[in-house]
Amino acid sequence: MDELKLYTYIAVFSTFALYFAIAWWARAGSTSDFYVAGGGITPMQNGMAIGADWMSAASFISMAGLIAFLGYGGSVFLMGWTGGYVLLAMLLAPYMRKHGKFTVPEFIFDRYYSKTARIVAVACLIIASLTYIIGQMKGVGVAFSRFLEVDYGLGLGIGMFVVWVYAVLGGMKGITYTQIAQYVVMIFAYTIPAIFISLQLTGNPIPQLGLGSTLADGSGVYLLDKLDMVVTDLGFKEYTTSNLGGTLNMFAYTISLMIGTAGLPHVIMRFFTVPSVQAARQSAGYALVFIGLLYTVAPAVGAMARLNLMNTIEPTAGQNLVYDERPQWFKDWEKTGLLKFEDKNGDGKIQYTSNATDQTVTKINTMTGKEIVVVPNEMVKVDRDIMVLANPAIANLPNWVIALVAAGGLAAALSTAAGLLLAISSSISHDLMKGVLTPDLSEKNELLAGRVVMTIAILVSGYLGLHPPGFAAGTVALAFGLAASSIFPALMMGIFSKKMSGTAAISGMVAGIGVTMMYVFQHKGIMFIPGTSFLGDMGKDWFFGISPNAFGAVGAIVNFGVAFIVLQFTGPCPANIVAMVENMRSPGDCAAAHDH
Amino acid sequence: MENKETYWSENIRIILICLAIWFVVSFGFGLLLVEPLNAISIGGYKLGFWFAQQGAIYAFLGLIFWYGHKMNKLDIKYAEGSK
Repeated sequence: MDELKLYTYIAVFSTFALYFAIAWWARAGSTSDFYVAGGGITPMQNGMAIGADWMSAASFISMAGLIAFLGYGGSVFLMGWTGGYVLLAMLLAPYMRKHGKFTVPEFIFDRYYSKTARIVAVACLIIASLTYIIGQMKGVGVAFSRFLEVDYGLGLGIGMFVVWVYAVLGGMKGITYTQIAQYVVMIFAYTIPAIFISLQLTGNPIPQLGLGSTLADGSGVYLLDKLDMVVTDLGFKEYTTSNLGGTLNMFAYTISLMIGTAGLPHVIMRFFTVPSVQAARQSAGYALVFIGLLYTVAPAVGAMARLNLMNTIEPTAGQNLVYDERPQWFKDWEKTGLLKFEDKNGDGKIQYTSNATDQTVTKINTMTGKEIVVVPNEMVKVDRDIMVLANPAIANLPNWVIALVAAGGLAAALSTAAGLLLAISSSISHDLMKGVLTPDLSEKNELLAGRVVMTIAILVSGYLGLHPPGFAAGTVALAFGLAASSIFPALMMGIFSKKMSGTAAISGMVAGIGVTMMYVFQHKGIMFIPGTSFLGDMGKDWFFGISPNAFGAVGAIVNFGVAFIVLQFTGPCPANIVAMVENMRSPGDCAAAHDH
Repeated sequence: MENKETYWSENIRIILICLAIWFVVSFGFGLLLVEPLNAISIGGYKLGFWFAQQGAIYAFLGLIFWYGHKMNKLDIKYAEGSK
């Protein structure tokens, strides 16, 4: 066994042992433990747990890679996925905590006095959460197969088993404490390579400052200026200004991600675990501290990875890397099929350019305005997802750093999967069974039901991870679209409008989801099956140039609009509900989250 | 009763101030005004680019803690008033 593999085994299995130990120590004894960790989590602990819950395999593995190739356009993810916490802290979390129930559908049931609303909310929650889990399970399988060279299915199985142990045993209590440990693993795994690389490139150990510093090669050129120069010389768009589908699209995309973040049930649920309204406000702040730590490093990771990649392939202008002399990491990733080279001009060297054709073309350099000759691109595939994982190897970092990244990626995937599983199991055992189907369920049996449902959910998501359905790739659009267009507006109106009635809110939710789903399916195929668009293929002819992923914002506007119009015709909600809203709005003494 | 209403309207006022800043630092500086701001540089960062990839996040953090701080003071003030 080589050194890297040995280190990776040590890193992965010692972190797993830690999670098991925590799970045993924090077993759940009651439904309150199981759903809201007994309501006794401190704001800082909760902030860390939210961080781990929120930052999924996508944040850890994919985001910096996206930024590396989108440049400025990648800002929508940075602003969108952090700005949502401002909305959570001010518009939702404190009031929902004051109301003091276990789940989001339960809140919707109380506020809109309707079992239909509760069932609609459960359905939205399950669709959004399940699609989200598939991505985590795939992440676990990939991490195992790449770093430990075990079979994808076996890796997935090990991951499922680990989640099962601590999520089923500990419920929210076990999950919260494990997530705190996972956050620590994750943040070290993310920032240590970034610090090394920032030091190498700029001499500044703080990546956030390194990104704005001059290069350490003595040239006195700023890193970002150098990157702009390198990419524009090859005909790519300028890194620091390249837009993502126009300003309006970026605007709508950012709003959709923000309100989608604020409306995701597995995140909102975490605010029910703290003891008071004040603590709920504070946890949102701590959550953003811990999330921001990774999110402000990510742009540095992205830009530096892109520069390192370009420099490896073309160390000095015109002197390209000879294919036969390519480094080991290049060969490793070629084996996975995520990196592909094709020697189009037969010179045995690697050319990486923006020219996707087989002919040499002339282009205008977007920065200097000069004409440049661009040879055909020979890096026919550079998967964005490999950037974070390959980054330490590209920068020649020691093997233990690479091992740490593997453990961090697994921590990110497992912690998010556990949070989502809890959201699913609580919505079924608490909302559907206890709330609607079998109201006389005893606490002991409800706890048992929660555990059984969670086990089933793990098996289903594991199966879907092993046989990903065709729509897996579009799941982020679906999950965020649902949360942004249905859950967020319904919750916000429930708190900020005393009059909002059940009928009006349900009409709004249905209209919001309907419009968003129709738009997404029209552009990406029904359930993401290509060629099934009902109005024929419209190609890029999007509504005002807004991409399907960004459409949740429009869905939310439709939701608000329809709800207020219906409210005008059907009249306001009853007086006892108005009193409930007034109670939500005043902090007063706040009881621990409780059952009915 | 009157107390509750003034508490709520003060809360709304603070939220509106926060959301105005929230909008300006992200959608304003990071998106709509990014081109003129990019003419200014701090270190190697173009200012608009810095807001979109760094500054907005720091501002969000400041906002949440400031809101929490203001509301805690408000909570205490109104809790005393009702006794």
